[in-house]
Amino acid sequence: MNTEGDLLHTVTADNISDNRRRVGKVMVWGTALLCAALALWQMAYEMDRVARGFETWRPVLYAYMLWATALCAAQVIVNGEKGKRTLFVLPAALFVISLVVFPLLFALYISFTDWNLASPNGPQPNGTDNLVEMWNDGFYWNALKNMVYYVLAVSVEYVIAFGLALLLNAQIRARKFFRVVFLLPLMLSPVAVSWMIGKSMLEVRFGPISRMIRELGGEPSFFGTPETARFMIMAMDAWTFIPFMMIMLLAGLQALPREVIEASKVDGATGWQSFKEVIFPLMLPVSVTAIVIRIIFKLKLADVIINVTSGGPGGATDSVTSFIFREYRDRSNVGYGTLLAMVYLVLIVIFVTLLLKLVSRWMERPA
Amino acid sequence: MSAIFKDHDADRRVNTKWWASRIAIYAALLIWTVICLFPIFWTITTSFKLAPDVMKGNLVPWWDFTPRWKGWESIGLSPRLFGEVSTVREEFLKRFWNSTIISISSSFLAVVLGSLAAYGLSRFNYRFGFMKNSDISFFFLSQMILPPVVLALPFLVLYKSLALLDSRIGLILLYTLMVLPIVIWIMRDQFQGIPIELEEAALVDGLGIWGAFMQIVLPIALPGMVAAFILSLVLCWNEYFFAALLTATNATTLPVMVASQTGSQGINWWSMAALSSAAILPLVVVAIFLEKYIIKGMAAGAVK
Repeated sequence: MNTEGDLLHTVTADNISDNRRRVGKVMVWGTALLCAALALWQMAYEMDRVARGFETWRPVLYAYMLWATALCAAQVIVNGEKGKRTLFVLPAALFVISLVVFPLLFALYISFTDWNLASPNGPQPNGTDNLVEMWNDGFYWNALKNMVYYVLAVSVEYVIAFGLALLLNAQIRARKFFRVVFLLPLMLSPVAVSWMIGKSMLEVRFGPISRMIRELGGEPSFFGTPETARFMIMAMDAWTFIPFMMIMLLAGLQALPREVIEASKVDGATGWQSFKEVIFPLMLPVSVTAIVIRIIFKLKLADVIINVTSGGPGGATDSVTSFIFREYRDRSNVGYGTLLAMVYLVLIVIFVTLLLKLVSRWMERPA
Repeated sequence: MSAIFKDHDADRRVNTKWWASRIAIYAALLIWTVICLFPIFWTITTSFKLAPDVMKGNLVPWWDFTPRWKGWESIGLSPRLFGEVSTVREEFLKRFWNSTIISISSSFLAVVLGSLAAYGLSRFNYRFGFMKNSDISFFFLSQMILPPVVLALPFLVLYKSLALLDSRIGLILLYTLMVLPIVIWIMRDQFQGIPIELEEAALVDGLGIWGAFMQIVLPIALPGMVAAFILSLVLCWNEYFFAALLTATNATTLPVMVASQTGSQGINWWSMAALSSAAILPLVVVAIFLEKYIIKGMAAGAVK
């Protein structure tokens, strides 16, 4: 990104009168005051200091939206042409800030309370009790350990996806047909997949795969032992998401310079040699990008686990997200669950930052 | 000589090798095709089966079992029931409609907000306090890392006090937030590929910045926006986690409906299969017809 000035230069002679500036400032501050006043009043009402108030916080939301609109409009009124430029980014920025930063701050507060939705007292700060509880919670550490396994499974997915991308990039007929078919699993919702595969095809009595294993003389049991159960979850998740990496790698393969590969052929390289010495190194940036994005998606893995095993047997398939989901759902243990989520967020941020630092020299540009 | 007559020993050996590689490639392709298609085939055929067919493990319709509409009747979608009033169908259509509205509106909102932001970031230099352009880009893209579980609970409480719990608008806002980084990632790439001279010419001709954006840049970037839109659509349609936590009756989406059915004891295979098929079919159709855009969307950002 250039640092000298705008890529798209505009020369404008803005004559903004003092009056116009004042109008803009009044708009922003006026609506902000309105919003703050409404919020204070509502808060006082909820604490029973004021007799009359609104039923919900909706009016505060409307006032907030009014303020956001006024802020955007004021950019143009006060800053003229420069404000019009700001207007491109400002709506998205306001949207993300109000929907992420405020809830995160709120989450930070609840994560240090003993809030249980079932208890009538509401949130009561309880210092570091939750942290101590987390430290002693074997299931949480177990879920974190499972996440390590799940992330490691990405490497196998990568190998398969690369193979498929190479196949699709070869001289084949009906390429479009195969591409659409290989893409299909990505379109399916993990919840539907967990029924289609996890609950029906892998069903022990009537599922077609169990039947096949029985024909071959085995005894089907997919979710009985921790290892197989974890493997099955990995396989289902891989089935859905391999197309994702495959498409990225295929795009990379198609963008490779043809001359280099042809030159390697002219120099007498066999197929394997030209793959190892030419294609793979050239594909490194794309590969790393695909793997990093896939890992980021993998860290959110939950839907399949919630619906197929709900963490069982004995927490062997639990991901952090599915574990916290049950903490909310079954035990309404809101304060503790939120602390676990916040700790997970911190761990993820550290992990992803390290990962990006580690691989950034293989990537053409940081993600 | 060997260039004209291809019957030398050496040439024949190459030929068999070529055939072997052909066969290996197609065999691998076919195996993976089966892996991809069999679950879908299984689900769709099971929705036409009766209990004995399921227990006997019949696979091929018409050959070893006769398709019946029983599964589809359980969600009210069979030729026999179309004329009649059916509560299960209303229930299903309500969920379907929720999913449609929520995913389309949030994708639309995300594409609008995301394209504007991506365009601004690719053309102008900003300074919000200490944040420069690269910081702002990173701020947007870093939202991708944020696990949904961190936001789930604050939103539960926030929505409760705003009376947005179990409402479509609540989900739309959240889903927009969820896909926004991906849209920005795709669109930034698209706008960087558009030569800046086009807009300069438009500015010289008397358009403003916004006029140039609307009339010159948007039409060129439209395919990229469609790609971003469809990718967001897929993600929103399939989202389960937030929908499960934040909706109860009014705004539940299809994935929640499917999941709630699997939870109940003694599920009917045929009705589950019909429900799953109905939930996945729209996107299967989208994939078949709009595959080009999906691939374009995912390839953006990977290759540069």
